[in-house]
Amino acid sequence: MIHSAREFWTVFHGMVLGSLFLLSFSGVMVGLYSLRSDLLTPRGVIQRIRLLKIGTVAMAITSWLTVITGTYIVYPWYRAKPPEGVSNLLDYPRSYLLSVPNLAIFHTLGMEWKEHVAWFSPILATVVAYMIWRFGDQIADHLTLRNAIAVFFITSFSAAAIAGLFGAFIAKAAPIL
Amino acid sequence: MGKVKLSRDRHIQQRTPTKVDGAISAAMLSSGIGCLVIGLLTTGAVISEWLKNALNWWNPAGPLSGKTSVGVIVWLIAWAVFHSVWKGQETELKKTFTISLILIAIGFALTFPPVFEAFE
Repeated sequence: MIHSAREFWTVFHGMVLGSLFLLSFSGVMVGLYSLRSDLLTPRGVIQRIRLLKIGTVAMAITSWLTVITGTYIVYPWYRAKPPEGVSNLLDYPRSYLLSVPNLAIFHTLGMEWKEHVAWFSPILATVVAYMIWRFGDQIADHLTLRNAIAVFFITSFSAAAIAGLFGAFIAKAAPIL
Repeated sequence: MGKVKLSRDRHIQQRTPTKVDGAISAAMLSSGIGCLVIGLLTTGAVISEWLKNALNWWNPAGPLSGKTSVGVIVWLIAWAVFHSVWKGQETELKKTFTISLILIAIGFALTFPPVFEAFE
C-alpha cells in the first residue's frame, strides 16, 4: 500500500522503471543473440530487427527515466540532512545508515557506487539502440558487430543490475517513507 | 555436432568484415568517453574540494548532479564530433571496440568506492 508521494516515487523508480529495464534485458538479449542471417529466413530477420528496434529504444527510454527520477526525485530525500536536535533518523535514510555501524556499508559502498554507476546504463543503452536502428539490417550478417553490440548491452545491464541490487538492499535497510 | 557448429561459426566469422561505418565507432567510443568522465569526476570530487563544490549544480542532489550532467554533455559532444569526422568512412571495429571497453572499465573502477576512497 502506498501512503505518500515519497513511497510512490520510490516504487516507481525502483519497482516499475528499474524492474522493467532489468526484465526486458533477457528478451532483447535472446533476440540479439539469435539475429543471424544463416539461422533465420529473410522475413524472420526483418521481424527480429523490428522487435529489437522497439525493445532497445524502450529500454533506453526506461533507463533514462530511471536515473533521472532516481537522481532528481528520490536521491534528494535519501541524502536530506536532519535538522538540529532530531534524534529519530528514520526519516533521513543516509544519516540513519551512517549512524548504525552494521548498516553504514549500505551507504559507503552501496549508495556511493550505485548513484554513479547507474548513469552508465542509459548512455550504453542509447548507443545500443542507435546501432540497432541505424545498422540493424547489417547486424544479421556481421557477427563481430553483433557481438560487440551484445557486449555493450550486457555492460549496460550490469550497471543497472548493480544499481538495482544495492537499491533493493538500501530500501530494505532504510526505506524512504 | 559441436565441431560442425564451431566450423560453421568460424566460417561466418571469417567472412565477416572487420571494418564498419565510422558512425558505429563514433557511437561506441563516445560512450566510453562519457563513462570515463563520470568515473574521473567521481574520483576527482573526492580529491578536490573545489571540484566537488563546482559540481554541485543543484543542491538537493549535491555534486552528483554535476558529475552526471558533465558526463552526459561530454558524451553527446564527443559523439557529435566523432560522428561528423568519421561518418561514411570505414573504421576498424575491433580497435574502437577494445578502446571503448577499456574506457568503460576504467570508468567503472573509478566509481567503485574502495578505489576512489583510496585517493581521500
